Amino acid sequence: MKIPPGVSPKDFADAIQQFEEAVGKEWVFTSDQDIALYRDAYSPFFGEPEERVASAAVAPDNVEQVQKVVRIANTYKIPIYPVSTGKNLGYGGSAPAYSGSVVLDLKRMNRILEVDEKSAYALVEPGVSYFDLYRHIQEKGLKLWIDVPDPGWGSPVGNSLDRGGGYLMAQYRNHFDSHCGMEVVLANGEVIRTGMGAMPGAKTWQQYKSGFGPWVDGIFSQSNFGVVTKMGFWLMPEPDSYLSGTVMVPRHDDLIPLVDTLTYLENTRVTNGMPDLGSPLLRIPMISEIVTYNEAGPPPPDAELAALLAKPGAESSPEMQEYALRKGVSFWSCKLSFYGAPKANEANWEFAKEKFSAIPGVKFVQNESYKLPLTPEQREKVHKPQFGIPSLAMFSIGARTPVNPNPINGHLWFSPIIPRTGEAIFEANRVFAEAAREFGLPMLSFSLPSCYWERAFIYIFAFPVTHDVAMNKRNRAAFQKLVQRAAEHGWGEYRTAPAFQDAIMNTYAYNNHSLLRFHETLKDAVDPNGILSAGRYGIWPKHLREKKA
Amino acid sequence: MRNAGMRLAIACVCLFAAQAAGAQEQRVPSSWTTATVSGEGQPRGYVEYQRFCSMCHGEGADKPGTMALDAKYKGAIPALLDKRTDLMPGLIKLYVRNGITVMPTFRKTEISDADLNAIAAYLTRNNKSKP
Repeated sequence: MKIPPGVSPKDFADAIQQFEEAVGKEWVFTSDQDIALYRDAYSPFFGEPEERVASAAVAPDNVEQVQKVVRIANTYKIPIYPVSTGKNLGYGGSAPAYSGSVVLDLKRMNRILEVDEKSAYALVEPGVSYFDLYRHIQEKGLKLWIDVPDPGWGSPVGNSLDRGGGYLMAQYRNHFDSHCGMEVVLANGEVIRTGMGAMPGAKTWQQYKSGFGPWVDGIFSQSNFGVVTKMGFWLMPEPDSYLSGTVMVPRHDDLIPLVDTLTYLENTRVTNGMPDLGSPLLRIPMISEIVTYNEAGPPPPDAELAALLAKPGAESSPEMQEYALRKGVSFWSCKLSFYGAPKANEANWEFAKEKFSAIPGVKFVQNESYKLPLTPEQREKVHKPQFGIPSLAMFSIGARTPVNPNPINGHLWFSPIIPRTGEAIFEANRVFAEAAREFGLPMLSFSLPSCYWERAFIYIFAFPVTHDVAMNKRNRAAFQKLVQRAAEHGWGEYRTAPAFQDAIMNTYAYNNHSLLRFHETLKDAVDPNGILSAGRYGIWPKHLREKKA
Repeated sequence: MRNAGMRLAIACVCLFAAQAAGAQEQRVPSSWTTATVSGEGQPRGYVEYQRFCSMCHGEGADKPGTMALDAKYKGAIPALLDKRTDLMPGLIKLYVRNGITVMPTFRKTEISDADLNAIAAYLTRNNKSKP
């Protein structure tokens, strides 16, 4: 049996026995076979000594059991690591950040406590998945949409605490921002409720976010200050209709006014769905086309374009621009989505066209228009998350497909945040392409952002994870260098796997790491024994900081 | 062009020299998105299969598990697991508990041993030779 570091075999055995009394013997896992199920299937250290693994797992069924487990862990100073549905793949999965921790598996806490159609919110436990919540809403026939991330098996609680995002209107798209009210078990076993939830019998726990006094919810995301056992989310009332239109521009430099106009239109709510940039010329799919590209590949370029695309820096060559203009292939495209009343959607699309018409040579295509809800046939055709429907379609990335005969074992996301401008897109591509050449990575083709926040873009670069140790090692080294290179340009990552959390936290270094030192002050105050999620997002408890120093 | 298996892929995108997709079996809407799966009158294995597996291995245009098996077997055997007649229960359990390519492991708090047994029984229900 693996034992957490710094814990005696007798203390661990006693703790395990008490965990069994707290949650029931069958919900404490200690055999090698069962513990292997908690390995991060996409670990960049898979099969190497540095792979972070659990010593045991405990799966409580309710908040009282969570309190008991936390108190036992405090008594014996056992490091524990809560996971929700444990599907944070590419960012750590269900494995702990500190090897040897006991995973606190909250999957059994899968109650959908409330879904209110009139006020459009849900209150759920951590083990509820997006699929579960979607099924519940469908079964009850509620006119509500969930803003889902690409992997539908994730947990709304877990995904929002890791600050994941989705595809609907801006106020729902950032999943942490769209939460309303939490219940948290602190390291001493005490339960708190945030926002209005602090008032006994409050009528607006899921309707008003901040309550009275300091709004502490933020400190429970990407951290290790408590175990979140309930969380409220605002849901999007089902709109009456959907319309989409694509804007296409002919020149390389048109990306700058394209993004500026887009941002103006989104932030004045003329367009309200997630925008979606692509390049028909460079064969960069829009997000809504990725699955098709993965399955069938991009539209085949003619011989001339194929030769142009093969050159480094192809996108900015005069030959590429000349080809695009001669062949009438648009350099950039952007799909706009409109949710709302049919006439309003049409009017907003018209207004958007007027604004984009300032770009010479712009073209417009009106795409699909749906009366909602979608029919079953329509549902099969659309990019489901843009309609609040959870899916696993994005796992075609790296999977075996007709155009990819060599599937990989997983992926690792490198996710820098950049300003929401065309200039920033050009600069990021220049810097990352240069870094790739320097670090011996394969040529990086021009790429476009994956997440669209109201004032920032997030790039999501996928590094393959395989069971080839040498390749994983090379990719880890490249990843570390890219983190540093991004930081030199003022770009930080929004989220990462435990293997890189220290490195990234170290780039948030203003004033001699004063923010990290503040996190550590909080950590020591609320979790003096350092039992909760040691090392998560680079925050280590005192005894382990001293060890590292 | 980028190969996800060998190279850094950008922005979730794996681009390849275009190949026409091979013949695909007829896609029909997946059962669970068009309506909630009704467990009524269905064996436990069917219900659990719909709950845990069909989002990736079901019918429809966007199921990576089905797409992967279609690309692997090219129609020689069905890409849909619940149409197979040659699966062994031990193999099903091995993949669920160990994962395969991008499919991760499933923990016992997600799919219990009893649920997994039921899923294995469901997927082997039409086998000609009984294990």
